[in-house]
Amino acid sequence: MADLQQLEVELIADIDGAENLEALEAVRVAALGKKGRLSQMMRGLGSLSPEERKAVAPGLNRIKDEVNEALLRRRAALGRAALDARLASERVDVTLPVRPERSGRIHPVSQVMDEIAEIFADMGFNIAEGPDIEDDFHNFTALNIPPEHPARQMHDTFYFNEKADGERMVLRTHTSPVQIRTMQSEKPPHRIVAPGRTYRSDSDQTHTPMFHQIEGLVIDRGIHMGHLKGTLQEFARAFFELDDVEMRFRPSHFPFTEPSAEVDIRCRFEGDSIAIGEGDDWLEILGCGMVHPRVLEHVGLDPEEYQGFAWGMGIDRIAMLKYGIPDLRAFFDSDLRWLRHYGFLPLDMPTLGGGLSR
Amino acid sequence: MKFTLGWLKSHLETDATLDEIVLKLTELGLEVEDVRDPGAELAPFTIAHVIEAKQHPDADRLRVCTVDTGSGTVQVVCGAPNARTGMKGVFAASGLTIPGTGLLLKPSKIRGVESNGMLVSEREMGMSDEHDGIIELADDAPVGQPFAAYAGLDDPVIDVAITPNRQDALGVHGIARDLAAAGLGRLKPVEATPIPGRYQSPVSVRHELAPGQADVSPLFVGRHVRGVKNGPSPKWLQDRLRAIGLRPISALVDITNFVTFDLGRPLHVFDADRLSGGIHVRLGRAGERFLALNGEEYAVDGTMCVIADDSGALGLGGIIGGESTGCTEGTVNVFIESALFDPIRTAMTGRKLGIESDARYRFERGVDPAFARPGMEVATRLVMELCGGEPSELVISGAEPDWQRRVTLRPERLAALTGIAMSESEMVAILGKLGFTVAADGGALLVDVPSWRQDVSIEADLIEDLARVRGYDAIPAAPLPRLSVVARPALSLAQRRVRIARRALAARGLMEAVTWSFLPRAQAALFGGGGDDLLLANPISSDLDCMRPSLLPNLLTAAGRNADRGFADTALFEIAADYQGDRPEDQRRVAAGMRRGREGERHWAEAARAVDAFDAQADALAVLEAAGAPVGNLRIVADAPDWYHPGRSGRIMLGPKTCLGQFGEIHPGVLEALDVKGPAVGFEVFLDQIPVPKAKGKTRRPPLRVSDFQPVERDFAFLVDRDVASGDLVRAAAGADKALIEDVRVFDLYQGDRMPDGKKSLAIAVRLAPKDRTLTDAEIDAVGQKIVDAVAKATGATLRG
Repeated sequence: MADLQQLEVELIADIDGAENLEALEAVRVAALGKKGRLSQMMRGLGSLSPEERKAVAPGLNRIKDEVNEALLRRRAALGRAALDARLASERVDVTLPVRPERSGRIHPVSQVMDEIAEIFADMGFNIAEGPDIEDDFHNFTALNIPPEHPARQMHDTFYFNEKADGERMVLRTHTSPVQIRTMQSEKPPHRIVAPGRTYRSDSDQTHTPMFHQIEGLVIDRGIHMGHLKGTLQEFARAFFELDDVEMRFRPSHFPFTEPSAEVDIRCRFEGDSIAIGEGDDWLEILGCGMVHPRVLEHVGLDPEEYQGFAWGMGIDRIAMLKYGIPDLRAFFDSDLRWLRHYGFLPLDMPTLGGGLSR
Repeated sequence: MKFTLGWLKSHLETDATLDEIVLKLTELGLEVEDVRDPGAELAPFTIAHVIEAKQHPDADRLRVCTVDTGSGTVQVVCGAPNARTGMKGVFAASGLTIPGTGLLLKPSKIRGVESNGMLVSEREMGMSDEHDGIIELADDAPVGQPFAAYAGLDDPVIDVAITPNRQDALGVHGIARDLAAAGLGRLKPVEATPIPGRYQSPVSVRHELAPGQADVSPLFVGRHVRGVKNGPSPKWLQDRLRAIGLRPISALVDITNFVTFDLGRPLHVFDADRLSGGIHVRLGRAGERFLALNGEEYAVDGTMCVIADDSGALGLGGIIGGESTGCTEGTVNVFIESALFDPIRTAMTGRKLGIESDARYRFERGVDPAFARPGMEVATRLVMELCGGEPSELVISGAEPDWQRRVTLRPERLAALTGIAMSESEMVAILGKLGFTVAADGGALLVDVPSWRQDVSIEADLIEDLARVRGYDAIPAAPLPRLSVVARPALSLAQRRVRIARRALAARGLMEAVTWSFLPRAQAALFGGGGDDLLLANPISSDLDCMRPSLLPNLLTAAGRNADRGFADTALFEIAADYQGDRPEDQRRVAAGMRRGREGERHWAEAARAVDAFDAQADALAVLEAAGAPVGNLRIVADAPDWYHPGRSGRIMLGPKTCLGQFGEIHPGVLEALDVKGPAVGFEVFLDQIPVPKAKGKTRRPPLRVSDFQPVERDFAFLVDRDVASGDLVRAAAGADKALIEDVRVFDLYQGDRMPDGKKSLAIAVRLAPKDRTLTDAEIDAVGQKIVDAVAKATGATLRG
């Protein structure tokens, strides 16, 4: 029996002393392999008498279990150490820069158009569109601007060359022709906003020959200027994301509205920047009014039955106001530095529920 | 339109403060653009007495003055030649900023002599260009008092923007009328009672217009005044003209300018002795020229209304007078003109000749048709008052045009159109104060429009007047009735596609640009455009004279600009219109983009690679997928338009005819013409060409069907002619067994030295997806053989060993 005890001690010591998986395997073979010491002793049991076997077998089996267990234990320990060593050798410098991924930007004009659409969609408006190259009727005549009206010059219109039939196309000077196209092609009631490019022959510090406007039109029975005021106040509040933006409606003149108004918002100029909704200054942001009866007649609506309001607002301008962009001309220069700085991430989708901007 | 507070008060009896008046003007629609109070600006400049002026010891031209400022005595070194002992002048103390020069005064030593403050000239005070000497004041000027108040310079100047319909507000009187109607005082009447003539005018007036042309100049009222003495106008008149930026010239000329601004009635004065025969109002004649009062010579034509005498054209009616018959200091007999001219003709003539004048500004907006004669009486009175003389009887040619107009106002329409509640009596009162005559007619009001309100022709015009006089603050804000509890989508399919395509491209790393819709014609021609129908007749510059036929050129030149700034790697896109013609349907909705330089920055782990046509193709396909195109059915064909590299470009086709987009390397010749360093790649996707998806069914997605049986992937390498399109090979393989083959992908291309001449190796991975059972080896082999056969048949390819 002392031999068995001695054997157990020796085997366990060999296992625990194995330096690596190969050495451990050698120890296992030496103990439990075909010619292993334990295996031979197990085989030797067959030649013993039943009594002797009874006396020796349990001890041998116990030793075999102990050895197996020790092998497992040692193998796991060696595996852990090997893994630790491998991982230690696999260290990388995590302060190195990641692989470059280019992220694009949405232009402020597009972003602001999406913001505006979001607000007016909630108020039941549809988005309408019209062509940039317009005919005289839609850009002027139907809007109660007769051929000799000084407004045609004031608008600094871009003209195309006269055609054989005397017609002369223009680049639309405002988004108002979309009003006409909408009223011509669909039945009232109308509730549309029409964002888009507009053109005037003007270029200086604050004017570009191309810019963006958004037109609004509401035509129904019983719509009055109070609704215009309410609509624009709600818009300004939502767009500038303030609890209140005080507005001032001033009488003005446009050929296609009567009565007409210009709208200022309260603000404060602070050096190069501007604070909206506070201060003692007023900043004009849009022109509006009740659609002129002659405009309604031009599209075949009876002004005694239908009436409503329209407005036109510069998109670039309110984008500059909201996001503090100083120079209009830079909008159209495609300077990567400008686009990256003033542009918006593609996943910054303006929603009313989630907020228009961060 | 500028005027001073004092000037306004000559028409308006009011206790209102400047601030109240300014606020009310804007509320009335007479938008105040600027208020300048020179009295406040000049208040610290005081009247001073030069006790002694003696020669500077070290400078011939300087004098050392001992000045009594009223609050003490200071020493001032002065260089003005007129500085002398005993004079009175205007003193600016140290610490003040000189208005005319912006210079801050500090105590200093001038050539060794101490100087504190300054005696100033008119130019230094910002009053005029006069700088020959310092201002000299009368002996009785009160020392120590503010100079501005003493000199009458303390009248605040108000500048209002007048909308083009409000011709009546182009005179101070009309502005006063609006303020009075809004309750800010009482309008003073204009003294225009007729002055009896004492003799018949020696100057006659005749309209020489063809029948039907009466509207060129419907009425000419003239008057001769003999024995006048023309000279400088009185100080009050000069002050008013100067305050609004006009230069006083002589009493007769100043009167015409004054009446123009005071009453909105432009006038002209002729030196009657310089006229040859009578005055003719007629159209110009080819070849006629005249020297105008502004010193310019103008050639007139048959569309212009000229004022002529027997010698020929003298000036342009309603625009500008002529030098040859103008009034001078020596004028003794004056002939005054108060006439009417056609607004449109006036505007066109003024534009054609590029003449801006206060008369033109008013006539092209339409002056009061009934005020030609009263205007003459006002002018005559002023001439007699300031220059003496004896008036002739009036000379009248033509007649007052028919301007009377009656508009019906239904009182309830004010609230219906504006939401403002107002009693009928208040309406009548407001309209009355504005000069309308109102009579009740059943439930309606019959409103006669005064001659000076030619802008009022319909009920809505009267409603605007009532609303603006009450003030737009009275309009009650009301919410727009809600159409549905939860808002419905506002965007059309096309608009949604634009929105999603935009964000898809930005997510792929492209920056959104907004570039001009126009470009130089030569650049348009490179992209299939530049036709006459898309050429602007009046471009802002020759660089922007043609509508763009493609979005690419402006994006490419933008990339070029960025490269010049040091940013060589550019990826830009734009979603906007290009123009194939001038009809609405010729305007296409296009998503286009370009990449130039390297894809990504240089990086320690992987080399940056140059962009190539496949980047552009990937961008285009991404747009199409985002926009909902059936990307599985698209075919790429290698025949893109000329502005692409002929061997590295393609079109994206849906079916045989519909082109959804094109992409590729930009043609090096095109880049060179655009002056952009290449290479660059680009794409254009025609969003309107994407088919509209079938109407949505009950559910948005078909049920998912996945097979329980493992798919099998097999690779095939083919040897094939180099010019065989891989797309054809892939299509042939995919078509070999449509039921079983789920996907075919090219995973290797080799066309190096080890290939036979003109051949390439193309390897594809084919994925087989059994639906109802696991495939046996024999079945897989059979499909494999079908694939090899189909590919061989379609492309002549052979399986590589």
